[in-house]
Amino acid sequence: MVQVGPVLVDGIIYSAWLFIAAVGLTLVYGVMKILNVTHGSFYALGAYAGASLTGVWLARGLPPMLSYAVLLGGALLVTLVFAPVIERGLLRFMYAKDEVVILLVTYALFLILEDTIKLIWGVNPYFVAEPYALLGSFEVGGLRYPTYNLILVGLALALAAGLAWTLRATRSGKLLAAVIHDPEMSRALGVNVDRFYLVTFSLGCFLAALGGSFTSPTVSVVPGLGVDVIVLSFAVVVIGGLGSLPGAALGAVIVGLVRSASVHYMPQVELFVIYFVMAMVLAFRPRGLFSLAEPRRI
Amino acid sequence: MKIFKTLIVGGLTAAALAPAAAPAQGEVKVGFVMFLSGPAASPFGVPAKNSADFVVEDLNAGRGPAPYNKPGFGGSKIEMVSVDEAGTTTTVVTEFRNLVQRSNVDLVIGYISSGSCLAIAPVAEELKKLTNFFDCGTPRIFEDASYKYVFRTSPTATMDSVGAALYVKEARRGVKSIAGLNQNYAWGQDSWSDFEASMKQLVPGIEVKTSQMPKLFAGQYNAEISALLGTGADVIHSSFWDGDLEALILQASPRGLMDKSMTVLTTGETTMHKLAAQIPDGTVLGARGPFGPYAPDNAYNRWFAKGYEARFQAPPNYASYQMAQAILGVKTAWEKAMAANGGKRPTNEQVGAALEHLSFEGPGGQVRMAIGKGHQAIMETAYGMTQRVGGKLTMVNVKRYPAETVNPPEGVKSADWISGGFKK
Repeated sequence: MVQVGPVLVDGIIYSAWLFIAAVGLTLVYGVMKILNVTHGSFYALGAYAGASLTGVWLARGLPPMLSYAVLLGGALLVTLVFAPVIERGLLRFMYAKDEVVILLVTYALFLILEDTIKLIWGVNPYFVAEPYALLGSFEVGGLRYPTYNLILVGLALALAAGLAWTLRATRSGKLLAAVIHDPEMSRALGVNVDRFYLVTFSLGCFLAALGGSFTSPTVSVVPGLGVDVIVLSFAVVVIGGLGSLPGAALGAVIVGLVRSASVHYMPQVELFVIYFVMAMVLAFRPRGLFSLAEPRRI
Repeated sequence: MKIFKTLIVGGLTAAALAPAAAPAQGEVKVGFVMFLSGPAASPFGVPAKNSADFVVEDLNAGRGPAPYNKPGFGGSKIEMVSVDEAGTTTTVVTEFRNLVQRSNVDLVIGYISSGSCLAIAPVAEELKKLTNFFDCGTPRIFEDASYKYVFRTSPTATMDSVGAALYVKEARRGVKSIAGLNQNYAWGQDSWSDFEASMKQLVPGIEVKTSQMPKLFAGQYNAEISALLGTGADVIHSSFWDGDLEALILQASPRGLMDKSMTVLTTGETTMHKLAAQIPDGTVLGARGPFGPYAPDNAYNRWFAKGYEARFQAPPNYASYQMAQAILGVKTAWEKAMAANGGKRPTNEQVGAALEHLSFEGPGGQVRMAIGKGHQAIMETAYGMTQRVGGKLTMVNVKRYPAETVNPPEGVKSADWISGGFKK
């Protein structure tokens, strides 16, 4: 019989990765009602920037411990280069249009960014394995885990706490809640809604890029990296409820633990189990676990 | 204005629907199909395309080693039309039809995915277009159907799994248990099922600890690695390829998985240069045949490997080798058919007839179109173990297995051959 410890540790590590990868998607949807398919592109851009910049950093013999800061910097760099251009240059002209139209626009952008990535980085894989093994390892149930995984868990917890605090306890967060509730009334009351949209979109993209950047030491960074992430992220936020931060966290934990348990105990259902959970949640809670009651319009 | 618009639209439509110009007399227009985008581009598609570029250029210039030193195909220059294999099966079939019906290619060499090959084979037959699969592995193509126009000049995945099992039995004496980590689609499932069945034949009573089958391109394998570590299996088999294989090595190496169990990576050769620092000594790497580090020291390999490396600043991997031998196989058949046709340009039917049951030499050694009614190649295969020598990852304990030992005989399905005890 498999010990419970490794099942939980694997589940928590996967949940942390999922949360980091998915939280930006739910944030952008929650504020702007945009199902942002470019989320996957930003994940890939973050991974490429993280892997290539960290590779250069290490090749120059600079302190390896600072490579984690370089990963962070890579995510920030691609966000600053691409996100404001996309939001100000294109998306803001679409806000009045139907959600489906905006979805298609972001899908088109996703395809463009996939080719942009190939133009910038080519099709050869990028590796930066050093940060993964740099911090040593710890043992649970006799199994060795790289300590780097704890960075991912810490990062996920910090993001969850930071976002919750910002949204609930700061002036900007309260203004954002007003924008979410009624953007037109907020604008009438003097809130700079456009700036909130720009910042929220950029923050959502940064979170996706951060997920990609901090995943890059554990994977081969190749074209198409963002495709599966967008599907998984979507499953996570749908389980939790589109637009809900606690929902994204709970969705990630549920998917992570269920997947880990299936890999250890019933590997033959691993492929199916995530989407089974999603289907079950939607069958009983069509708007996800943390969906809010909506007032009737008529 | 309306007439003007109609003219423009009509003109554009006509231009779009008009077939491309037929190839100039004296040229052989060849469609090359491989992944040029997506995760399979880097490990397979691009090295295969590079290989095609190099081989076609050298053949056209008459720089191939004898008997490949006649320019192009029988003196006719080869014109390349390259197409991306990425996309759904429907897209792949549509692109094939475009190649045949709009680009008017004389023949097609291509396809990496087993799914693509299974879908293209009947279409190639319907369009009567000679099609040579250069890389895909599923044995089902010629085991479940017969074709006149479809060929494969590289061996099937059965050879990889049987070769791996034979190597494991020799290299890990007293092996008692195995476990698998394979991608959950045709390639991964077939590879594992052939390996498992072969091990059960070779080591009666062997215990199968677990078979992990994550989805293709899952990327995160911590849980699977934990499950494999937890089983303590003597041998771990994986037919992972591309970014999945690279991610597995990156994630498994710091956790000691490949140190704890003998790990067999049947396509591992594609990573041995890129991830040399992460692959521990004692890892068993396959190259889907006698390619790369297992290629023989013959004139064809010296020409191909040196020329490729000089041009692309990287050694060719097995996909490059398979592409090279696919082109050389068609060239041999073309010239044989041309000679039989009194020196005139041969038809697809004549080239196909010449390719059936053909034997030819390539950078990987001898290729024999011995099974699948003469449409499917068999070759010897080789496996070896990694060891750092002077800081460089090299292959040691290399074992070679003759073609008949690792491929089923004519008319016998792979699964039946394995379960029947590898009878010749």
